[in-house]
Order: sequence, then structure tokens, then C-alpha cells
Amino acid sequence: MAAEATLTQETPSKTLWSGGKSPFNVSWGKMMMWFFLVSDAFTFSSLIIAYGAMRHRFAEIWPKANDVFTHFPFIEGHLPLAYVGLMTFILIMSSVTMVLAVDAGHRRDNKSVAVWMFLTIIGGFMFLGSQAWEWYHFIHGTEAGAYIMQDGAIYRDAANAYELHASNPPAGALVSPSNELITDKAAIEGIKAKAEHIHGANLVHNEYGHPLFADFFFFITGFHGFHVFSGVMINIIIFLNVLAGVYARRGHYEHIEKTGLYWHFVDLVWVFVFTFFYLV
Amino acid sequence: MAHQHDKPHGYYTGDIHNQFVEEHYDPKNRAVIWRTFWILLFITIFEVAIAFAPIAKDILMVTFIVLTIVKAYFIVAFFMHLKHEKLSFAYTIVLPFVLIVYLIGMALAEGSFLNLWDHLF
Repeated sequence: MAAEATLTQETPSKTLWSGGKSPFNVSWGKMMMWFFLVSDAFTFSSLIIAYGAMRHRFAEIWPKANDVFTHFPFIEGHLPLAYVGLMTFILIMSSVTMVLAVDAGHRRDNKSVAVWMFLTIIGGFMFLGSQAWEWYHFIHGTEAGAYIMQDGAIYRDAANAYELHASNPPAGALVSPSNELITDKAAIEGIKAKAEHIHGANLVHNEYGHPLFADFFFFITGFHGFHVFSGVMINIIIFLNVLAGVYARRGHYEHIEKTGLYWHFVDLVWVFVFTFFYLV
Repeated sequence: MAHQHDKPHGYYTGDIHNQFVEEHYDPKNRAVIWRTFWILLFITIFEVAIAFAPIAKDILMVTFIVLTIVKAYFIVAFFMHLKHEKLSFAYTIVLPFVLIVYLIGMALAEGSFLNLWDHLF
């Protein structure tokens, strides 16, 4: 068998696609990883596009991300985008350590591969921890909360409507679903009597606005987070293999490249999640 | 052996699971990696900075989407190394996303239409 295989390699045919050659100049393992990533990208695209469609449908009552994600660890105050910016930095940084591990693999430098893989795993865990913290705050919600009517209309406490802060709404004022400020005491009492007081978000209620926002947020960041978790597990297996010298014995570090492709893809998806959930 | 020229950045192993292994170590690689990192970091900081600038919402939105595609290009081209794969392979990976552009058009039009429908009736 081995002799036969050698024979076909020694005498490749003249045309590119008739065997004996790698037409794309990539190994099949890497090519299949790319094809898997294309299919996975289609899944994520469909989810984000579904989010976009529902956002257009309920444009008026769609929550503003800058009112929802405003926390930063150990710092008081209204700090939108700061925390998710940090998360993005962590993930980009772990992508860099991953690509440096691949680069060390090309140099056949087993020790450097191990070091960069280890740092990539640390970055992955940091990102997962950050995401858990973000989920905790989203689920927990604000102290003031919101009032939800029987028909699903949500009256937010004006303390949470940061876009109105310039006009200094009085304490206890509410914001109607169409973003009008309600300061009349009798009207506020009337709403509070009929409505249910809710805090935070889950799959049924969302104090920040339309419940679909929470559903998509949990599903898409959850799906992405699970990809990160899987990536960290795969990275740990590869890291242990590197420590055991598996790739040094094999003579090449192509496995690092394949897991690297997956890890960069996870980073790539986050770039889109960051834009469509937090920026636009 | 003449066919050595047919495989400029790789070699065949006897291993059935890894028949073809790429060889593209270049000392300049690390400079490219760090340059890509600084570009991605700079774009992200720029995005967070202009999010609160007094700019029209529509212009901001278009800017963010364009910058996202620029970031995606740098990740795919340099971190995932697609820029240095054969052009036929790069097209095989990238061209299917034309379908995604089509889906974006259809789904967002549908969402906007349903919004209008809710207002009309």
C-alpha cells in the first residue's frame, strides 16, 4: 500500500483535478474545517438576520443596547459599550495568541506552541467569565425595573431611560412604549395599579423593551458562548497533545492550524455580534 | 524532479490523514500578525469612540457595518490566512456568502413590511 501511494505521488497527472495532487494546495483536514466553518457561518448569519428582521418589525419598541448594557465591574455609573469593548479586546487578543501558536508550529518550536496555546486558553476562559457576568446583569436587571401591562406594553422607569437624562426627568416618572415621558402622578399610579412590576430579562419578560430582544440575545450570545466553550475544550486537548510531544513526533503542527481556524471563526462571529447587538 | 515546482508551499507525507502539509514559515509572519492586531484594536476603539459622537444615526450605522466588514476581512485574510491560499480556494469559501446578502435583503424587507402592516391595520 505504501509503495502504491508513493507511486501516485511521484507521478502526478498533468491536469490539476485528475488526482495525485492537492488542487487547492491545502490538506483535506483544513479544507473540511473551512467547509464546516462556512456552514456554521450560515447558521450564525441566519440567526443574526432573523434578529434584524424582528428588529425592523418592532422598530419602535426595540430596546436600545446603550440603555441595557451599562455596567462595568467595580465602577459605578452609566458606562455603555465599555464592558463589551473589553470583551472584544480579550477575544481579539486570544486570536493573536492563537495565530502566534500556529506561527510557532511552522517553526517547529514545541515550547512556544505550548506557551501560546496556554495563553489562548486563558483568554477563552476570561471571555466566558465576562459573558457570564454580562448575562447575570441582563437577567438581574435594574433596581427601578419596569411596569408591564396585560397587553405587553412596557413602561420603563425614567431612571433607566438614559436618552432622557438631559431633560432631568423627576424621580418616579415613567417612559411609555412610544418613548413619551409620563410625569403626571395620577397617570403613573394608574399604570402601576394595572401593571406587573418586573426586573431584568428572561425568555418571557424584558424590562428594557420587546421580549424578542432578550430571546435573540440569549440565543445568539448563548450559541456563540457555547462555540467559545467548545473551542476552549478543543484548545485544551491540543495543548495537552503539545505537552505530550505528539506533534513534535509527527513532524508537523497542522492540528494547531485547524483548531486555529475554528478559534478565529469564533472571534469573527463576535465581531458581528458586537456590531449588531451593541453598536447599531 | 520536475513536479517539485507544482507544490511550492507544501510537501506530501506518507500519512493518509495528513497527505499534504503546508510549509509557509516566513520570518515576516509575526510582523503581519501584530499589524493585524493593531488594526483590529484601533477599529474597535474607533467604533466605541464615535458611538457617542454627535453624528446622524444613519451615517453611524453605515459606518459601523462597513468597519465590521473591514474587521472581518482582516481576521479572515490574515489570521485565518485565506489571503495566502490559492485564489480558487478563497473563492470557494467566500462566494457562497452572496446567498447571505440575498437573505439579508429579503428578511429585512419582510420585517419592515410587517411593521408597516401593523401600523396600517
